Parts: sequence; C-alpha cells; structure tokens
Amino acid sequence: MTLAQLQTGFRDRLTESAVHVPAGLAIYQNNYRSQLVGCLQESYPQLRAWLGDPAFLQVARTHIARHRPTGWTLDAYGANFGATLLAVFPDNPDLHELAWIEAALARAFVAQDAVPVVASAVQPVDWDRARLRFTPSLSLAPAATNAADIWWAMQGKANAPESRMLDRPAGVMAWRRGYVACLRSLAPLEYGALTHARADGHFGRLCDMLVAQLGESDGIAKAGSLLADWIGSELITGIDDHA
Amino acid sequence: MQAFEPPAAFQGYGLGLRREHYQDFLAAPVAVDFVEVISENFMVDGGQPRHILRQIRERHAVALHGVSMSIGSADGLRHDYLARLKLLAREIDPLFVSDHLSWSRIAGFNSHDLLPLPYTEEALACVCRNIDTAQDVLGRAMLFENPSSYLAFDGADMTEWEFIGEMSRRTGCGLLLDVNNIVVSASNNGFDIDDFLDGIPFDRVRQIHLAGHAPGNGLLIDTHDAPVPDSVWAVYAKARARCGPVATMIERDANIPALPALLAELDTARSQGVRA
Repeated sequence: MTLAQLQTGFRDRLTESAVHVPAGLAIYQNNYRSQLVGCLQESYPQLRAWLGDPAFLQVARTHIARHRPTGWTLDAYGANFGATLLAVFPDNPDLHELAWIEAALARAFVAQDAVPVVASAVQPVDWDRARLRFTPSLSLAPAATNAADIWWAMQGKANAPESRMLDRPAGVMAWRRGYVACLRSLAPLEYGALTHARADGHFGRLCDMLVAQLGESDGIAKAGSLLADWIGSELITGIDDHA
Repeated sequence: MQAFEPPAAFQGYGLGLRREHYQDFLAAPVAVDFVEVISENFMVDGGQPRHILRQIRERHAVALHGVSMSIGSADGLRHDYLARLKLLAREIDPLFVSDHLSWSRIAGFNSHDLLPLPYTEEALACVCRNIDTAQDVLGRAMLFENPSSYLAFDGADMTEWEFIGEMSRRTGCGLLLDVNNIVVSASNNGFDIDDFLDGIPFDRVRQIHLAGHAPGNGLLIDTHDAPVPDSVWAVYAKARARCGPVATMIERDANIPALPALLAELDTARSQGVRA
C-alpha cells in the first residue's frame, strides 16, 4: 500500500460512522467530529442560542455529513453553513439571515486592513467624476426579517424579539471600524444606494440614481448625507478624482 | 534546493500564548523569555489578531507554531498556505517556525487533526521532500514536533525516533521535542521512553513542549487541559540533561488557568533546567 492509499483509506475511516472501531481510530474520529462541531459552535454563537443546542447540533451533523473540510484553516469550515441551514430549514429566513450576519462579522474581523478617509482631510474633487473606494471589510446583504434586531438583542444579553418579516425588504451590512466588527440595518433606500455605490464606485451615477428616485434637490442632498455618513462610519478608504 | 542546518539555539523559558492571556501580556511585563503562538490564528489578512501579535512582538521573542502544514501529505504542500506563513514570518521575525510530524490533508480533504504517519521509507522520503519545499519557500530551517499518537501502522521500516533523526539529518530541520507526546505515544503504542530518548539527536533539539494529558478510551489522550503531570516532569528531567541550550515552554490549550498558575509551572521547568 502506498502512502497516498493509506492516507485516503484513513480519511474514509475517519469520516465514516461505524460504531465498532479500534480504540485509537475512535479517538481520531471523535477529534475530527468534535473539532468541526466546535468550529461551527464558535462561528455561530447567536444562531446556536437562537436554535437551541439540540437543533443546532442536528444541523451541524448534517453539515459535517454533507461537507468535508477542505480549507487550510479550520475557521473556513463554517463559511457555507448557511447553505446547510437553507436545506434543513428552507422556510426560516430569519435563521439564514442570522447565519449571514455572524459569518459576515467574522469575515470583517480579519479582513484586510485599510485606512479610512477622514472627513477633514477630503480634498476638493470634481464630484461628478469622483470614484469611491470602500473598505474591504464591508459585506452587504438583503434583509427580509428582523434578524439584525435579534442579533443585537442577543449580543447585548437582552430578550430577543420574536422573529418577523419586515414590512419592506431592506438590507444589512457588516464591516470593521478600527479593530471592531460592526453591524447595521439599512433602510431600503440606503441599502440600494450603498449596493450601487460599492459596485459602481462612481459618485455622479449614485447621484443620478437618487435623483431619479427622490427628485433633483432631495436626491443630491441624500447623496451628500449618505457620503458623509459613510465617511464618518469608516466605510470609505479612498476618493479618486478621475473618470 | 538550499541546504539548511537547524536554527540557532535559544536558551529560555516561555509560554504558549492563548487568547485568554492577551491582555495580561499587553498590560504589564510578563516574566517569560519568549512566547509561542499558533501560526494559523494570525495567517489572516488583517484586523485585531495581527495587531495584537505585532504588539506582543514588540515585547517578546515569538515562536510560530503551526498545526496545518500537513508535512506528511502524500500529495504535497499547499502553496497558498506556505505563502501566508512566509508573509507572517517576514513580519514577525520569529525565533522559530515549527509544525508537527503528522499529516492532515489528502486529496483536497483536510481533517484539521494531527494524523499519524507510518514510519516507512516512502513516508520518510515524502516528509523530507515536503520539508525541503517548505524550508525553500520560507528561506529558513523549521522545527518539527514529535506527535502524540493513538495507533501505529503495521509494516514500519523504522522506529519513530529513527524516523525523526533521519528526517532532521536529511533536511537540516531542527526538532521540537514534545515531552508529553513522548509519554502519551509510549503508553499508547508500547515503546520504551528511554529507547526514544536514546534515539533522538539532541544536538538538533531547539525547543521543548511541556503539557498535560488525560486517560480515555483505554489510552492516554493529549488534551493539554491539565497541569504538567509528574510522569512528564520525569521525562523532561531526562531530556533536559541531554539538551544544550533550548527554549522550553508550557503548552496549555484548554481549561486555561490564570497566568500566575502557568508562570508557576514555568518556574518548575526553569528550576529543573538549572539542575540539568
């Protein structure tokens, strides 16, 4: 037997669920599963609390059965846990959104460092041609439920509200300010504006989009106030004055 | 391929630095000569982990200890992993870069556990090939740690200590001797600890780990969740008597006590080192 054959065979025994195995192999099997369950529990603490331990463990076991770990770091194992949640609980968007929040905050926590633009240091630019650069830690997602409110309440050890659908689809964003991962709910207009601006970067076209929705005066004013808020929130890492 | 020799020796006493003690180390001087961190925890793009490590590095010598290189993988090493480790080592300028004599990954699957190798000529050639690759990429000699194991494969061509000695001789890597792992593996696999110690080339040992274990499933399990037991201190005394200058540390990964308790254990290691 070659080394490669031995290792692929050991992998198969490690991941199988046979009951009667030698004591040594049983320890490796237990280590394997407990590491993966532990990773998911650590990655999704609020989701675990929201679901309760038995249900969370059931989803974790399903995930482990469906997805073998492949990343160089164990931390990556929980990245696609949301897909398993969707399969196990297809009709619970609150759970999917809660999982997204926790995964996005974890990504933001270790995202590439970037120096934010400081409002007082913004140079005069031709705003029609200006392009915005956003922090690499920023993640955006649509929100159909109040999962962000649930997350905030649980994070603050407060009683979490009942989950419910939002009156209108909105958004949520996760990013990092300094070394702190942050979460914010976004109203539909801001979510649309931020999604557009991050994808396009072009401030003039952001103004055009808002003018089309709010009219000339209110649209321009809204673009200005959003930009000021984004700078103040350390979302902007560059304003480039070119086409 | 570059030729390497084990890294320069460092005489001192340190701790495995874990999250629970970051603030202790940042708030006031701690009486250690070095700290060891888990490399993968800091092989991230940015954020607080790297920030904390930079601050720690301003105060202490740092050893980088990996758990995911998978030096025994039959299908070689991950170059994205090596590239991240190289970047981290370049920034931290570590005392040592180490990992385990084990494997975790095969055919895209990563067990995230330190799995045992068969002590065969083929495995030795594979391990040495992978160490050559890693050391070439990193531009420095690494240390490799004897693993704890819960089973042994049939058909071995050599003992664990013969494998380790030959690995170090062929590649120029240094050795990280985990005394607890010797005790655990000897008990589980039925070898004589003195035979192990007699077979280790101590002139290539640069670091020593001390930790605790627990019984389970009829075997000893490398739990790192308890104080260093007498059985490990006894083997440490024997190992220490054979070492030249060496970096000795307490490695605690679970049930982590307040820092003074670990420093007290380190004092025990220090006093044994003085006697040796």
